[in-house]
Amino acid sequence: MEAIKRHFLDDIGIMLGRSMRHIFRSMDTIITVAITPIAIMLLFVYVFGGAIKTGTDNYVNYLLPGILLITIASGIAYTSYRLFIDMQSGIFERFHSMPIAHSAALWGHVLTSLVSNAISMVVIILVALIMGFRSSAGVLSWLAVAGILALFTLALTWVAVIAGMSAKSVDGAGAFAYPLIFLPFISSAFVPTTSMPSVVRIFAENQPVTSIVDALRALLSGQPVVNDLWIALAWCLGILILAYLLAMSVYKRKAA
Amino acid sequence: MENAIHVKGLQKSYKKLNVLKGVDFEVEKGSIFALLGSNGAGKTTIVKILTTLLKQDGGIATVNGFDVTSMPDSVRQSISLTGQFAATDEILTGRENLIMIAKLRHLTNLRPVIDDLLNRFGLSDAADRRVSTYSGGMRRRLDIAMSLVGKPQIIFLDEPTTGLDPEARIEVWKTVKELAAKGTTVFLTTQYLEEAEQLADRIAILHEGKIIASGTLDELKKLFPPTKVEYVEKQPTLEEIFLAIIGKKEGK
Repeated sequence: MEAIKRHFLDDIGIMLGRSMRHIFRSMDTIITVAITPIAIMLLFVYVFGGAIKTGTDNYVNYLLPGILLITIASGIAYTSYRLFIDMQSGIFERFHSMPIAHSAALWGHVLTSLVSNAISMVVIILVALIMGFRSSAGVLSWLAVAGILALFTLALTWVAVIAGMSAKSVDGAGAFAYPLIFLPFISSAFVPTTSMPSVVRIFAENQPVTSIVDALRALLSGQPVVNDLWIALAWCLGILILAYLLAMSVYKRKAA
Repeated sequence: MENAIHVKGLQKSYKKLNVLKGVDFEVEKGSIFALLGSNGAGKTTIVKILTTLLKQDGGIATVNGFDVTSMPDSVRQSISLTGQFAATDEILTGRENLIMIAKLRHLTNLRPVIDDLLNRFGLSDAADRRVSTYSGGMRRRLDIAMSLVGKPQIIFLDEPTTGLDPEARIEVWKTVKELAAKGTTVFLTTQYLEEAEQLADRIAILHEGKIIASGTLDELKKLFPPTKVEYVEKQPTLEEIFLAIIGKKEGK
């Protein structure tokens, strides 16, 4: 119906407002999301960092892109948690029996994930600045960094949507995030891949995190990025499209 | 008489389990209709089909004149659902829950509507508290209040009093009667015989996937042998005693 299409964006806005209230009323979710990456950053910079040879004099600069990806991977676990709770509580049934577009409820959660992850990342970058992170990147490079991070968040958020809808328990809803959080450790996020044994190295060099980390690192240090950037974008878009299509088909099956 | 709901030959199975085997009934506009049945009889399945949450395998169902399969959006414009589990947002306050629904129904001038609902359901004092602090009865009241936002013509209540204490149950009954008095059609499911007896203009009994009896209470009573007149000293039930005692204390 026309009215439903016309109000689609309004309805998404209302849904976004609702779950943002959830986040601001339980600040612990943002703190929990930020605290683990900060701890990892402190550990690697002040404990292991001295022994790691990356060829740069500023290890915080080297580390930050990987830390941001870990932040996103743990942030989206809360998206699937919130979605799972909604599916359980009956509030989705109420929304679905109302004259609003069904996907508005889902998009509300997706946008909330983007906003809350952005907040966490700002916190992490501020901590990194205190720890000595410096960037020579210009405005355009920073915009590109923000764009890649947003795209990566969006792609993983749709993965989280699938997990949240298919989970049988609260624990299951968040468990899928653990391998994602672990992925940056087997990449160029902490150490150069050249130091790894060949099998591990082949994996590390061909998984999405490495190209995304390398692209972000180059952008932040003001170096040319052409190749990594396209590979990174291809990974993000590929995951995004696949996860979105799968999520929508699960959603239609669960809520039809 | 115009029908608000019309159901003919409704069928639904989950995998091998045949839940509805050809259900027929009609609900008059402005009446209270109770669907009675034991747990697992398929009451919720019927509610889900009528509220467009589930597709039937066979048969026809129209709500407010609209076919549920071909015109689900028009059906959704006409109805409101209070499901079996309270569909409230725990982290928001009672008022915020109502405002959210009012906005989703694109109402303007929200304040008087919301204040009136809070008042009618005795939630004015708790309006700005989070729903997670509410009692079961308050939550149910808010749930029903949320369903009334925007004055839908037909209200579905799926076991509205299951799990409520006697006091809260009577409050819900009062609300349902008031709604019907104002012309809203109420479709409710229940497993309590007394509830159907108290509220419903017409009652249908769902058993093993079919409506095995339907009619007014008097019509249903006629299906049974005439009542014998016996004189028994009437003892108050425990429920009556309970209500009498707490009614005095709280004065509500």
